[in-house]
Amino acid sequence: MITLIVNGKTQRVDAPPDMPLLWAIRERLALTGTKFGCGIAQCGACTVHVDGQPVRSCITPAGAVVGKKITTIEGLSAKSDHPVQKAWIELDVPQCGFCQSGQIMAAAALLARNGKPTDGDIDAAMAGNIYRCGTYQRIRAGIHRAAQIKKGGA
Amino acid sequence: MAASRIAQGRISRRALIKGSLAMGTGLIVGFHLPLAGGNAPRAQAGSLTPNQWVSIDRDGLVTIVNSVVEMGQGSLTTMPAIIADELDTDLGKVRVTQAPANPKLYANPVTGAQGYGGSRGVRDHIDMLRKAGAAAREMLMQAGANEWGVPLSDVDTDLDTVVHKPSGRRMPYSALVDKAAQLPVPQNPRLKKPEQFRYMGKLMHRRDTPLKVNGSAVFGMDVVVPGMLIASVERCPVFGGKVKTFDATAAKRIKGVKDVVQVTNGVAVVADSFWTAQRGRKALKIAWDEGPVAAVSSASIRQGYVAAAAQAGQVARNDGDADKALAAGAKTVEAVYEVPFLEHACMEPMNATALVKPGSCEIWAPTQSPGSTQITGSKVSGVPVEQVIVNTTYLGGGFGRRGEQDFILDALEASKALGAPVKVMWTREDDIQHGFYRPATYNVFKAALDGQGTPVAWWNRVVGPGILIQKGRAQAGTIDPAAMEGVRNMPYDIPNVHVEWVNKDYGVPLGFWRSVGPSQNGFIVESFVDEMAKAAGKDPVEFRRGLLGKSPRHKAVLEQAAAKANWGSPLPAGRARGCAVMFSYGSYVAHVAEVSVAPDGKLKIHKLVGAIDAGFAVNPDQVKAQMEGGGIYALTALLYGEITIDRGRVKQSNFDNYRMLRIDEAPEMEVHILNSGEAAGGLGEPGVPTVAPAVCNAIFALTGTRVRSLPIRPDTLKRA
Repeated sequence: MITLIVNGKTQRVDAPPDMPLLWAIRERLALTGTKFGCGIAQCGACTVHVDGQPVRSCITPAGAVVGKKITTIEGLSAKSDHPVQKAWIELDVPQCGFCQSGQIMAAAALLARNGKPTDGDIDAAMAGNIYRCGTYQRIRAGIHRAAQIKKGGA
Repeated sequence: MAASRIAQGRISRRALIKGSLAMGTGLIVGFHLPLAGGNAPRAQAGSLTPNQWVSIDRDGLVTIVNSVVEMGQGSLTTMPAIIADELDTDLGKVRVTQAPANPKLYANPVTGAQGYGGSRGVRDHIDMLRKAGAAAREMLMQAGANEWGVPLSDVDTDLDTVVHKPSGRRMPYSALVDKAAQLPVPQNPRLKKPEQFRYMGKLMHRRDTPLKVNGSAVFGMDVVVPGMLIASVERCPVFGGKVKTFDATAAKRIKGVKDVVQVTNGVAVVADSFWTAQRGRKALKIAWDEGPVAAVSSASIRQGYVAAAAQAGQVARNDGDADKALAAGAKTVEAVYEVPFLEHACMEPMNATALVKPGSCEIWAPTQSPGSTQITGSKVSGVPVEQVIVNTTYLGGGFGRRGEQDFILDALEASKALGAPVKVMWTREDDIQHGFYRPATYNVFKAALDGQGTPVAWWNRVVGPGILIQKGRAQAGTIDPAAMEGVRNMPYDIPNVHVEWVNKDYGVPLGFWRSVGPSQNGFIVESFVDEMAKAAGKDPVEFRRGLLGKSPRHKAVLEQAAAKANWGSPLPAGRARGCAVMFSYGSYVAHVAEVSVAPDGKLKIHKLVGAIDAGFAVNPDQVKAQMEGGGIYALTALLYGEITIDRGRVKQSNFDNYRMLRIDEAPEMEVHILNSGEAAGGLGEPGVPTVAPAVCNAIFALTGTRVRSLPIRPDTLKRA
């Protein structure tokens, strides 16, 4: 058993410390919004925030994040109203949607440290997230739009 | 049971269906509602349910059933909108449910199967769904006319309301449901004219986006069934290999491993979590009978292709006398094009959940083929096909891979062995190494031009395996239609055309990879045509236009893409454009690519301008999304896609060595839609085939290097 702080809640989790955080989240805490895509930190589908930083939960042992604040897609906002989520809905960014939790968590982390990212900033921050359905340009547009929304733009 | 499904479209057995609705392509669907239990919607007695697609209850709640599985293409949004438009109801208030497996009610009316591929969503269903919605509307209008004692011709509708035009009297649909339900279902209801469409042809936001931005959309991987165990299957690394013996002693000692069972495709470790199942797999000791494919490698396959290319094949097309014209031509062009095996790489690795008990069988799966899944369920469980319950979840990508049954079979067999619900999950490595691959092919071309540079002969021999023949869906010894798509019907008006196919199948499992035959045939045909343009000394767009006199829709999309890309206008130094055009899956697509190449050979694709004529774009923003996504899918294959075989095994294993295009490599894209008003065409696949040749033709225009083998290898474009 280990203790994890996930989406603001401190919980006892029946997981050995070497179990990847991804599986502790998905299979022990039933938070299935975080996805498994590759298991080797190549695709970004498993991205969560650990103390605000984007982290690949598929290669992060659950025991390594004890005491840290873990945020999953389910905890990003209470009403799906984070600027990134709003922009994503407005521009219909997702297709199949499987990678989108990871994309959104990576985009949210980018916006948290850079309120007005350029295309280059976006490419650098998002290149770890594979989007197989492929509308990358909607991700770029979505992040620009989210930056506007965050700043209070309509 | 599981709180995990997309709302299932199950209509109560008590609901009556009236008469029969003549379907668009002549299929008459019988009218007994499905008996499957669970989740009966509110539309029951006291509803208007003229057919299996739509139901309106006394509160005015409209329920529409979507049969086309949602794999990213927006079917959950687009298909119901077709019905809602003809019904003239508020799309924003419609409840949409996903059809259960029941081919008698929900099969594709053209194929007769409840499976989705071949870009067959809108194009195969639109006529039928329009009629389904219009029938309900006409019944409500007739009920209103009867209430008021006025002729039907004086009655119209206005968003969930029946209107008497002369007096302006209005009655909501909800008030007419009971009366309308007594009326016969019109066989040929009046359809709207396109200018009357409320939704079709306009921006429609996707119904599933809100669920896909907060993690609540349930994919197959996310299914939870009470008491469920997780399984992972160790498969023979060699295609077609079988388990000889296995020792599970060490695996069973791992805490959390529940059992280890042999299944058709290997050895399944069943555990309390995926991670535990993985550890169990690593502890297995298995002796394999590798079988004959162990002798096969990419090099031996290529040798076989090269040898076969020197022999005559089966003739797929023969116009005039190409051999004679080749001999007489003023100028000849010859080239060989090669493409590799490719894997689909859906973002969601394969998975399925099953519960097989004596006398019952239920499956939860991200499947492109609910109908085949039902049959697989019946075979394993012994339960009659129509009693097998299939719950289709959201699909984390499909691309043709998810019509296969291997992952469904894993789950069914493991559940049957354990007597418990089992979710089988594949790793990425399982996915890449145990796929159904786009065929590798070897293609010989010859052409002759006359003294004016006009083509007089086209000769093409394609060597490779046939997907349909391998799957037993086309007869051995015949010409595989999938292999010939795009080559046999190449559109250029040349008097002497000869096309042959040589079937060489070395046992690598084949599948339908987004755009299938045209995925490679677009590349080979459109690259070779570019070589002919060069030999003729003509501009590539002008050269094609001159040969497309009999193919006006090809010509129109090519001209549109060229115009929007400012074809012929000056570019910054170091950049060039290339073009390509193709028909596939009922639609016409052209692309113009703009590229540059750095001295170290690094290719940059700056811009892709696409034009598509799919007859009529029902959901234009999603048409664009399919073109954008198809473009990236094609670029990934062009730059990185290659599955190589070594002793019957796939060498690639994960995204580190089977790379995907990333955002920093993604070009700017434009998509231009031509609504020609012709029959509806496909959307999911036609955006793929023209991208690679457009880029390679631009590379040639810039560098003089002709890419004739894919993917583009790192040193191909390096300047000496």
